[in-house]
Amino acid sequence: MVTQPKIKVEDLKLWYGDFRALHGVDLDINENEVTAFIGPSGCGKSTFIKTLNRMNDLIPYARVEGKVELDGQDIYSKKMDLNNLRKKVGMVFQQPNPFPKSIYDNIAYGPRTHGVKKKSELDEIVERSLRQAAIWDEVKDHLDRNALSISGGQQQRICIARALAVEPEVLLMDEPTSALDPISTAKIEELVSELKQEYTIVMVTHNMQQASRISDRTAFFLNGHIIETDQTRKIFTNPNQEETENYISGRFG
Amino acid sequence: MGSKILNGLVYLSTILTFGALGFLVLYILFNGVQYLTPSLFEWTYTTQNVSMMPALITTLYVVLGTLFIATPIGVFTGFYLVDYANRDNKIVKAISMATDTLAGIPSIIYGLFGMLFFVIFLGLQFSLLAGILTVTIMTLPVIIRATEEALIATGMPIRQASYALGAGKLRTLFKVVLPMAMPGILSGVILATGKVIGETAALMFTLGTATLLPQSLLASGRTLSLHMFILSGEGHNVNEAYATAVVLLLFVLVINGLSTFISKRLSKGGK
Repeated sequence: MVTQPKIKVEDLKLWYGDFRALHGVDLDINENEVTAFIGPSGCGKSTFIKTLNRMNDLIPYARVEGKVELDGQDIYSKKMDLNNLRKKVGMVFQQPNPFPKSIYDNIAYGPRTHGVKKKSELDEIVERSLRQAAIWDEVKDHLDRNALSISGGQQQRICIARALAVEPEVLLMDEPTSALDPISTAKIEELVSELKQEYTIVMVTHNMQQASRISDRTAFFLNGHIIETDQTRKIFTNPNQEETENYISGRFG
Repeated sequence: MGSKILNGLVYLSTILTFGALGFLVLYILFNGVQYLTPSLFEWTYTTQNVSMMPALITTLYVVLGTLFIATPIGVFTGFYLVDYANRDNKIVKAISMATDTLAGIPSIIYGLFGMLFFVIFLGLQFSLLAGILTVTIMTLPVIIRATEEALIATGMPIRQASYALGAGKLRTLFKVVLPMAMPGILSGVILATGKVIGETAALMFTLGTATLLPQSLLASGRTLSLHMFILSGEGHNVNEAYATAVVLLLFVLVINGLSTFISKRLSKGGK
């Protein structure tokens, strides 16, 4: 059975000014799977993940060519409502970046942005999102505390909860654990495995063990190309390309 | 041995700095407080009783008028420069250069410009309006720079977080960035206030030096600093000039205290 991929990328090229960061990337991202991007620094994986919710629009000299389709709809077409796209495709960043507001207001920011005003409805969304991000029990008694006053690992889960609060379909995670300690990292990995039941997850990681532990498919990036995409198990045990083999066995990177 | 000398120098400069401030404050208090009589706060100025009350109120007028015009223009220019314009854009470079240059121009030049343009060319005469417009131009760079720096300091990650949730530019700016930048912007506004209060050269030929409380925007008046300058220049009211200096000093102390208090409150609250 072949289902339509959630996200379909065709021949995507990206330039930062004169520098070409992506050379024609093709990739299918399946629904309710974790897709991991691995590759050495500067290979284009973080650049690529930003093209999926058009965060690259914020970079003045970035220019994109090619096609990214979300459920068959071209996200770079003029008709695309950018705010709606980002509501559907949420993002969690490398450094936890909660707003300097209360935990409650952090989570409620997204729903409020999209027009939810009723207190009871917001309360419900806040609790549900915090539960989904597995942090409800730790913060439920002080939702009015400033989100910057909790630990980095907790902050990152607050950021995940904040992203979930707008009920996205896809969750992009750009090295979400690289700034965290091992225990927080384990919690987030566990969380990701649970979230894929409901969401499509795309994750950039520097950590190959992480990719092999939690992803279903892995794409290996090198110098702005995808060298190989396959089932994670296949990539880590028996890759088709020599470069992939060299990278995962630690010969460079 | 070397570190001892260095240590000594550090102490010496601390003592010198604090000593200078302490000496100045004490000197003014010593010479001024005794002449700070209730009659100096009477509503009208006469040649027998050089009351500072009209000047005190005129100072408030000038400060409020200036902030009323300069704050929105300055803050929105800062918004534009940081969050709307492309950093390498020619207009941005031009505005930045203009801001820096304006900040460096001696205030007497503003006075001269204000007199030639507002007072004579636009026919405003020596008036509150001409004075306010002149010091507005003078304080703009202070507010623009402070806003710019405060906005830049909030950083990209916090904006990305907001955009990634589907928030637009205005919402991001007003709900996330502005609350964070508020203490910085406010301290710029307060700095500008201090600048206005201390200004003489730019006001002398625009606001004029009338001793009455101005009854309209087109009437002349004098601020406390001007009042003090004139009293000490005339030579026979030096004691009253010292008394005025005490009041000015209090003004500045209160403003400084207020600025520290507000930025502490705001950055702690941050909700």
